[in-house]
Amino acid sequence: MTSTDQQPFLSVRDLKVHFSTEDGVVKAVDGLTFDLAKGKTLGIVGESGSGKSVTNLTILGLHDRDRTAIDGEILLDGKELLTASERELERLRGNKMSMIFQDALASLSPYHTIGKQIGETYRKHTGASKKEARERAIEMLKRVGIPQPDMRVDDYPHQFSGGMRQRAMIAMALVCDPELLIADEPTTALDVTVQAQIMDLLKDLQQEFGTAIIFITHDLGVIADIADDVLVMYGGRCVERGTKKEVLRAPQHPYTWGLLGSMPSLDGPVDVPLNPIPGAPPSLLNPPTGCRFHPRCTFTEKIEGGLCSTEQPLLKITDGRGAACHLTADQRREFFADYAATRSH
Amino acid sequence: MSNTNPLLDVTGLTKHFPVMGGFPFKRKIGAVQAVDGLDFQVAEGESLGLVGESGCGKSTTGRLITRLLEPTGGSIKYRGQDITHAGRKQLAPVRSEIQMIFQDPYASLNPRQTVGKIISGPMEINGINPPGGHEKRVRELLETVGLNPEHYNRFPHEFSGGQRQRIGVARALALEPKLIVADEPVSALDVSIQAQVVNLLQELQRDLGIAFVFIAHDLAIVRHFSERVAVMYLGKIVEIADREDLYDNPRHPYTRALLSAVPEATADEVPSRERILLTGDVPSPLNPPSGCRFRTRCWKATEKCATEAPPLVQVEGNREGHLTACHYPEVKETVPAPRLSKDPGVTA
Repeated sequence: MTSTDQQPFLSVRDLKVHFSTEDGVVKAVDGLTFDLAKGKTLGIVGESGSGKSVTNLTILGLHDRDRTAIDGEILLDGKELLTASERELERLRGNKMSMIFQDALASLSPYHTIGKQIGETYRKHTGASKKEARERAIEMLKRVGIPQPDMRVDDYPHQFSGGMRQRAMIAMALVCDPELLIADEPTTALDVTVQAQIMDLLKDLQQEFGTAIIFITHDLGVIADIADDVLVMYGGRCVERGTKKEVLRAPQHPYTWGLLGSMPSLDGPVDVPLNPIPGAPPSLLNPPTGCRFHPRCTFTEKIEGGLCSTEQPLLKITDGRGAACHLTADQRREFFADYAATRSH
Repeated sequence: MSNTNPLLDVTGLTKHFPVMGGFPFKRKIGAVQAVDGLDFQVAEGESLGLVGESGCGKSTTGRLITRLLEPTGGSIKYRGQDITHAGRKQLAPVRSEIQMIFQDPYASLNPRQTVGKIISGPMEINGINPPGGHEKRVRELLETVGLNPEHYNRFPHEFSGGQRQRIGVARALALEPKLIVADEPVSALDVSIQAQVVNLLQELQRDLGIAFVFIAHDLAIVRHFSERVAVMYLGKIVEIADREDLYDNPRHPYTRALLSAVPEATADEVPSRERILLTGDVPSPLNPPSGCRFRTRCWKATEKCATEAPPLVQVEGNREGHLTACHYPEVKETVPAPRLSKDPGVTA
């Protein structure tokens, strides 16, 4: 988030996404603000139900318009997306912005060949002929590292392995050289060795085309590998934001501490128990008052007057860095030092 | 590892699933070699981790040990008793001592039964009447796994994923087992909840002396939980060792590649270990490569690897109990990689 001086490529301001359901209003996203520059990767971390996927479906305009109440603004290259018509969005989707989903098998049509599915997007946006689209599909398959692309282009999704399907989906997402790519847990269903291949591929493609990437994941290890900036979400809100280095080296929010503490590492101590976060993620139908993390937070008693349960801590961002917590900077430094000490031997 | 009298002794365990096809009469046209000749032991109270990528046969192994699947070959001995092909009657007493925890906490609990009924199920089936009755015992178990005993009459849908997995654990504990096979017990849970369940299982292992076969694809969690770890690739164990030996001194190229591919949550510019990028996919177990099964993706493979399957042995330089199946085992660099040069802010 370096381009504060001028118009950033993607800018999300105070985004609120509420769904009305039979049981009440689900506040899936509640006041989210971030920027993303071209050629950069923003990692969004959060648990299930933290609003990370909803945010990105909203950017693409893939939400159900009748049942969703949206507030705020999303500017892509200066263009407001929330008020854009469906036709305008259709012109952007697959062309200027596209998305990779977690489950590649469910996201590809089983009735059409891989080549046709990749070419379809290309034809729609460029008006290319079938032959040109096929050639483009072969070129894309080659670029994402599928062997014998001229043969595999006529295969159906079931003939591909899991890693190859994910590659095919990346090829489909990138066929029109999008400027914004949203990757929603693209490697979660894959094995680690294949995950490493896919992440390297994404990094290479980003260098080549200068694509801006939003990478959604629950795995902080993946974030460490791919992201430039990190946004930690909890209960529909951003609780912490900063560069990868800042967030992983000196996290400022108790939730981020908890996430890091609950993950075993490949070279940490093995004879001490992990530090899980107590409790479970909140229901967004009826989120906790004040700070949404307070029922699971171990630091609430450090704040006087029960402020955590009554007042929502504001996310104050300076130079792209900030955390939404009532603890003072000094307190955080002290508690983080204590916490870090428990993580070492 | 006590070789003298292991709790579970598996030798040459094999499972081939027949593939039927042809017209007009279906006949066997091939076999998926899911598990092909496994040898390992589990000592009493010990935790053995099984790691590997999808399709390597680790879940099949778990199902063979619990005899949910019929082995094609080899033998499984539990406390010296051969249970490889034991019948229903013969298995009954053994089954109560070997329990299983499943991956999906949503699919593995009957939605129409109350928690009390689910957990007391195993006791009813085995005709066990604990002192004070089933209900008292279930309430104790609920407390053991960190749930409120008052939730006895609730249904599974009233619980979160982590709580459901605790119910599954309580059910596995109901018969006071000696061995629990846990098949990806935490991979369906959120990160912050995973740690809760891992800690619970570790407490149980320590306090109740239960042996575990812990199946998972997450190398860090396996390392945290299991004293000994076996790495599987395409139906075979390629390396088995104490966790320190395996993680600090991997000898099989696959183990090394697997460890190097795990992304770690550090902001270091230089990764703590050299990254080895494997190319291609795991070959089909329908028609595995000849010789060493890893050779198609291995950077060291030679003619020998294609013709001769490497045996799982203690290769030169391995410590006692560290077995590797490779003709050209990896050698640890004399200067150890700077593994502890992590950022002081996070680890110090």
